[in-house]
Amino acid sequence: MIEIKDIYKTFGENEVLKGISAVFESGKNNLIIGGSGSGKTTLLKCIVGLHEPTKGDVHFDGQEFTSMTFEERVPIRKEIGMLFQNSALFDSMTVEQNIMFPLNLFTDMSQSEKQDRADFCLGRVNLKDKNKLFPAELSGGMKKRVGIARAIAMEPKYLFVDEPNSGLDPKTSIVIDELINELTQEYKITTVIVTHDMNSVMGIGDHIIFLHQGKKAWEGSNKDIAHTDNQELNDFVFASKFTQAAKEKL
Amino acid sequence: MFHTLGRYILLIQLSFRKPEKFKVYWAEVMREMVSIGVGSMGIISIISVFIGAVATIQVAFQLASPLVPKSTAGSIARDSTILEFSPTISALVLAGRVGSSIASQIGTMRVTEQIDALEIMGVNAPGYLIAPKILAGIVMVPMLVIYSMVLGILGGYLACAITGSIPTSDYIMGLRDGFNPLIIQVALVKALCFGFIITSICAYQGFYTSGGALEVGQSATTGVVYSCIFILFADLVVTSVML
Repeated sequence: MIEIKDIYKTFGENEVLKGISAVFESGKNNLIIGGSGSGKTTLLKCIVGLHEPTKGDVHFDGQEFTSMTFEERVPIRKEIGMLFQNSALFDSMTVEQNIMFPLNLFTDMSQSEKQDRADFCLGRVNLKDKNKLFPAELSGGMKKRVGIARAIAMEPKYLFVDEPNSGLDPKTSIVIDELINELTQEYKITTVIVTHDMNSVMGIGDHIIFLHQGKKAWEGSNKDIAHTDNQELNDFVFASKFTQAAKEKL
Repeated sequence: MFHTLGRYILLIQLSFRKPEKFKVYWAEVMREMVSIGVGSMGIISIISVFIGAVATIQVAFQLASPLVPKSTAGSIARDSTILEFSPTISALVLAGRVGSSIASQIGTMRVTEQIDALEIMGVNAPGYLIAPKILAGIVMVPMLVIYSMVLGILGGYLACAITGSIPTSDYIMGLRDGFNPLIIQVALVKALCFGFIITSICAYQGFYTSGGALEVGQSATTGVVYSCIFILFADLVVTSVML
């Protein structure tokens, strides 16, 4: 479980996050949604420690993360997997080496054990035959799947996903969403997903927080979203005629 | 300026924090040594031979007096090749070849979130990315400078043999005449400083890149320009302190 308490983040004069609090439970897909510039990615980076919040705390299973030093954070970081918007695979390494990288640094596994773990992770994302390729040789969807395989290599307790569907076709997006959902359920991972993809919201949104102008404007599940009277959320979710028509049918 | 200097010092300090696993870092150091050292041998060979040859021909031309022994040209060409041309010109060329590659490699990793990925995993990103490059630089640049000295002197010999500006026997006599080993020490101290300057400044520029492809290119350019300036400054300092 991850708990964020009263998170503020300011860049110069620009206050991006304004007192956000939430609890993200394990075994659930926790979605952070909102329009462009609403602070979704900044919030995610504050949670994982890539940005230091101006004010507020982040707790990983009760451990206060924000005030920890780099060394103190390492044990928690080993339990974190993250899929970046552009996958962030290491260009100079093959797919297999990308997955084995954290294992090389943080485990005492033998070469064959690491190989087996990499094969398992690649098998989990259906890319076992691509292990010798370099990231530049993969499609966008494959890169995302390798990113997921690398993120689960260390058997994380917490999985963070930044815009998993950006740049992907609808069919591949659904494959990625289902994969994340399966892993979350199977390993009881606390998954936090930043997205503005409505298919993801309606498909896997067990717990959703909606950000508007740096504040938490709404919180609920995908079942509640169609019946909300929150004006900002309605404007965001049902912006197109297609989604408005879908809402009327619900 | 003080902000930049402070950030640079902190980054170098972070780079030399205890590594997570020595074996993985050692492999990186070896890889960087091959990239910096073996990868630069071609360009250093060409430059050194030509500079040695040109220096010898020019010195021979300027000392064309019956009162000055012809072997003096060999001594002057040797000293200027060892003291100045090999370390400084090699370092300026390496700043372009190695420095731009370091800055753009790390800069690209920054803008494509690969450095963020390292930090999320709990890896000390400056330590993993920068320390192996600095270590490789301070080992391989002096080696390249020694290689350059040998080829520069050989270039001078070839120039004498081909153009006949001075007899090769006089050139060899000049090389042996009045040799002071201190010049080798000075050249190697310079090379060590230059190796550190090129790798650390360019790594710093790459590490703090923000934006996209355009900014990566700007970081590489800035890294090379600052490296060249600091190479010349360090050249002056080392020369004035040691000679």
